[in-house]
Amino acid sequence: MEFTREELLICAVARMLEGCRNIAVGTASPIPGSAALLVQALTNGASRASILGSNIHNPFNDGGPELFDRAGQGRVDAFFLGGGQIDGEANINLVSTGPYPEPDTRFPGSFGSAYLYFSVPRVILFREEHSRRVFVDKVDFISAPGWSPPGVHRPGGPHALVTSLCIFMYDKTRRRFRLDGLLPGASLEEVRDNTGFDFDCPDNIGPVTPPEPERVALIHSRIADEIAETYPEFARNRLGWKG
Amino acid sequence: MNIPESYISADEIASRIPDGALIGVPKEDGGVAMEITRALIRRKARNLRLLTVPVSSIQADLLIGAGCLSEIETSGVSMGEFGYAPNFRTAVQDGTITVRDATCPAIYAELQASEKGSPFQPLRGILGSDVLAHRADWKVIENPFAEGGGDPIVLLPAVRPDIALFHARYGDRYGNVWVGPKRECVLLAHASAQTFVTVEEIWGGNLMEEERMLAGTIPPIYVDAVAHAERGAWPLSLSGCYDRDGDHLRDYVSAAKTAEGFAAYLERHVYGNQAAA
Repeated sequence: MEFTREELLICAVARMLEGCRNIAVGTASPIPGSAALLVQALTNGASRASILGSNIHNPFNDGGPELFDRAGQGRVDAFFLGGGQIDGEANINLVSTGPYPEPDTRFPGSFGSAYLYFSVPRVILFREEHSRRVFVDKVDFISAPGWSPPGVHRPGGPHALVTSLCIFMYDKTRRRFRLDGLLPGASLEEVRDNTGFDFDCPDNIGPVTPPEPERVALIHSRIADEIAETYPEFARNRLGWKG
Repeated sequence: MNIPESYISADEIASRIPDGALIGVPKEDGGVAMEITRALIRRKARNLRLLTVPVSSIQADLLIGAGCLSEIETSGVSMGEFGYAPNFRTAVQDGTITVRDATCPAIYAELQASEKGSPFQPLRGILGSDVLAHRADWKVIENPFAEGGGDPIVLLPAVRPDIALFHARYGDRYGNVWVGPKRECVLLAHASAQTFVTVEEIWGGNLMEEERMLAGTIPPIYVDAVAHAERGAWPLSLSGCYDRDGDHLRDYVSAAKTAEGFAAYLERHVYGNQAAA
């Protein structure tokens, strides 16, 4: 069976979103956005996608604080974050490498991560560059910690990590990632060679579940149309959108 | 439509923003007063402190590159799909600017406290982050309502900008400005000591008398000076009017990567009276 990387990742992320009523997607996230819209379509709107930057697929109209207020109330079930660095305990760094505050390399900043990582139950980390530069043993700056000690109010946290080589699931009890599936062409050795943190691995690691054919058809029709409003280049170049 | 007599120019507004002032500004699609930003660079403003609500792009990067800022409180400065913000990155790496790293809802909470006249606002999350560890002005207490103690929670102090600065779609001759759904601008105006606004268009009637415009209008009790500035947010967007100028922003990012390129950019687009593409 042949499929594209985008089809595989959109379907894999969509599976992680099953059962979520409210899915929010931040900036520069075409694949997570497509996955959220796919789940919305498959559930006839029982799962609702909020795509930042969209006028149509964004039910917020009360300014910047509204998403955070809703998340604080427990009314956002899934969100996506990245990281200049991510470590084995799922701490994420969006600020800088090297010493702080005069770093070696400065990234943009923490955005809403230090809050949403605490309030959204299923935070999916999406970071395509799979290298030891990104996946480090210990981040240089904690924008948002992967776990919190007992007594800290924390309904939210990491759920999975999606990269260009594989998918990890996060084990909240062990505070570690567990390899869940390999992308086409990737091997366990390649993942180990390019990951700076230790992770759990089942004995027989297999490929990421292939995309479901009927969902692929939906991606190239309705989802391509919907995501094109926010990400026209992505829709055109990656999903074959003809708009 | 005639420009109301009470309006002043963008350069006059820039002259009323003193060196050292704390200025609150919205994010890049929130109505950014780019014409005044250029005027601040022309008047060689110094030691300004910028509070981005909650993030920024070319506005912060230009002011940093032109040497106008000594400090920035932000949740992120980035040129988005066009790449990193060159002057921000260089200035932070070289230690020539002080960054107060924040997270988006904490900046809203600081302004909400100011808006309410309250000394602080509590906020969940943030605990255990290095964002909190490096903010001596953010405190942690135990939730006084928790039964049996425990339950730490972060308190953000009220932050009152000296000046709220943004670009709005409409202004009328009664001193009202209309920001529509841009609640961040309303929050900024309520929380700040003074508010300076540029407006894209003049509204013929009284915005406060129009039922459909009322909720998006900021009345003159919060507004201290207004200037008319056509394409005042360029090269950023003004929703309902124009999109951001993507080609310009892409060119800016590559120009600003070198001192010579940035100087040439300023010469052409800030000092050259060439406000529009």
